[in-house]
Amino acid sequence: MTVETTPPSVARLPVEEAVSGRSPMSDAFRQLRKNRIAVVSGIFIIVLIFIAIFVDTALFAFFTGAETRPLIAPYHFAEVNFRYNNAPPLTTTDDGKFFLLGADYLGRDVLSRTLYGTRVSLAVAFVAATVSLIIGVVYGLISGYSSTRVDNIMMRFVDFLYGFPIIIFIILMQVYFKALSRRGGGEGIAGALIGIDNAMGGVFFLFIAIGLLNWLGMARIARGQTLSYKEKEFVEAAQAVGANDQRIVFRHLLPNILGPCIVYETLQIPAYIFLEAFLSFIGLGVNPPTASWGIMISETYQGMRVVPHSVFVPAAALVLTTLAFNFLGDGLRDAFDTRLRGE
Amino acid sequence: MTRYIIRRILWFLPVLFGIALVTFMLARAMPGGPFDFAGDRTIPPSVVINLERKYHLDWPVYKQFGAYLWDLMRGDLGPSFYYRALTVNDIIKQSFPVSLQLGVLSLMLALLIGIPFGIYAALRHNTYADYSSTFVAVLGVSIPNIVLGPLLIYLFALKLSWFPVARWGADYTQFTLGFIPPMTAKFWSHAALPTIALGTALSATIMRLTRASVLEVIREDYIRTARAKGLREQTVVVVHALKNALIPVITILGPLFAAVVTGTFVVEQIFGISGMGQHFIDSVNNRDYPVVMGVTLVYSVLLVISNLAVDITYAWLDPRVRYD
Repeated sequence: MTVETTPPSVARLPVEEAVSGRSPMSDAFRQLRKNRIAVVSGIFIIVLIFIAIFVDTALFAFFTGAETRPLIAPYHFAEVNFRYNNAPPLTTTDDGKFFLLGADYLGRDVLSRTLYGTRVSLAVAFVAATVSLIIGVVYGLISGYSSTRVDNIMMRFVDFLYGFPIIIFIILMQVYFKALSRRGGGEGIAGALIGIDNAMGGVFFLFIAIGLLNWLGMARIARGQTLSYKEKEFVEAAQAVGANDQRIVFRHLLPNILGPCIVYETLQIPAYIFLEAFLSFIGLGVNPPTASWGIMISETYQGMRVVPHSVFVPAAALVLTTLAFNFLGDGLRDAFDTRLRGE
Repeated sequence: MTRYIIRRILWFLPVLFGIALVTFMLARAMPGGPFDFAGDRTIPPSVVINLERKYHLDWPVYKQFGAYLWDLMRGDLGPSFYYRALTVNDIIKQSFPVSLQLGVLSLMLALLIGIPFGIYAALRHNTYADYSSTFVAVLGVSIPNIVLGPLLIYLFALKLSWFPVARWGADYTQFTLGFIPPMTAKFWSHAALPTIALGTALSATIMRLTRASVLEVIREDYIRTARAKGLREQTVVVVHALKNALIPVITILGPLFAAVVTGTFVVEQIFGISGMGQHFIDSVNNRDYPVVMGVTLVYSVLLVISNLAVDITYAWLDPRVRYD
């Protein structure tokens, strides 16, 4: 049997115009829409994202150069009112400020700080998820698509890193970063990084520590998916019409493996939110006075006999957010119905 | 099997070396030497040089690392910068048993609640009982211990006064063999809330995993065969299904140990228990780096060993893994 080689231009068929396709992706979303609790969670998360972006005017200030003012939040997160420390909910001050959910031990509005905390939690969650998704998927794709020997070496390296207690390393890295930024200044790259971190209230190093160390599971999933897809007929067809490796990996394999990978990553988001709260709680997360739910709980839990609201408002925000991500993640997993089910 | 175990143990040595190397490098890279007393310039440079010579800080780095490894192998973690009278070993000896007790109690609670409820939910698949227990489990994994701890204290210690607010019910002088606590009412009343605070999320995780795993197994052909030949449902579940269904639960124990470790950090801090986690956080705030590094090393070794134990148990229970 002889195979005729056709030039690629002939092989390209105008499929997209002819049929409006039902991709596995759109099927999954149709499935997801039937899951009411996942839909509600999704809407809640969209609201949270909205709050995180528009809690103050930082976005507009970035483009116009104007001063940043609180927008959704009534007051700035670091605005201190000493005569009103530990004020109960529904307090009105002499100068006309209104604390709907009370004030904390420095007289800072609990509602405003909780709203600002949304920004930290979501930023850490999304940046860490994106970093680990990108590193993991690229690593897994390369490993899965490469020759067995390269694949072996790359996966042994992942196994090796798996042996390390990642959480301890995140803590150690944060200890180091904190020590660096306490010292301040510095020159070269380190100094620039510390500058960025201080400007962001300590969130930047959290991105690095969490994102850089959490891609191992993602790499394994991506590799597994790549291995199962690369023997499929459509890859063979692509090879037959003369597509190069780069095109096969990015145009054919990547779109197919991306769905399960995103689902897996969504399931990890609660863990990232917890990690940020945990690190901030033990003093290795954001720098005060930045408002994060973890640091708010850690600053106020000792006074909760007198002022329970300043602990339980951020605590409720933390729980509701993780619940929403968990329900959405479970819904996505059921909708995609991949091999991730059962984890 | 022996070959598998040997291979795993050989794998374990470079990891230990890597951990020691990372902690050493970080301790070296930490800004500020032990002898530059900020604001207190009364020590003349010649004395600092002598001090550095005494502690071998004038040696080349590789030689220092060698000495550090040698100290580690002898189990010597050095002095504490903050508590001048204590070594890191003293601190760990006093605080580790407390953390161990808290961790073991929470894991036991997690297994005792998680596995039975997971099996129950799976056997009642798609019923009201299944939905409600799955919902409770999602709730359980969504409440972090930094929230659950204060909530439990507020409800059961401050409002209802059923349990003491803080502290551990015994200290290291009362432990049998150095780690077994006295089984007194005082111990249990102090242990109850921290154990629940730490164990709830773990039990929810185990419950979800057990449920999924049992669901998968009871759809297998051999379970259908067992039912078809007329065995009682109880026999099918206990003798046939559970044996295979509980194997994946073993694998989650590795990550769970890590969760217990980080959990003890938080729970000990909230409940004022002077375990290793609380010492770690205090040391971070006091910049007592030898204690930070020492506790890190102990935790790392512990986690690595527990992962090793989990892997070996898994390979022993599931022969397929050995031939990977």
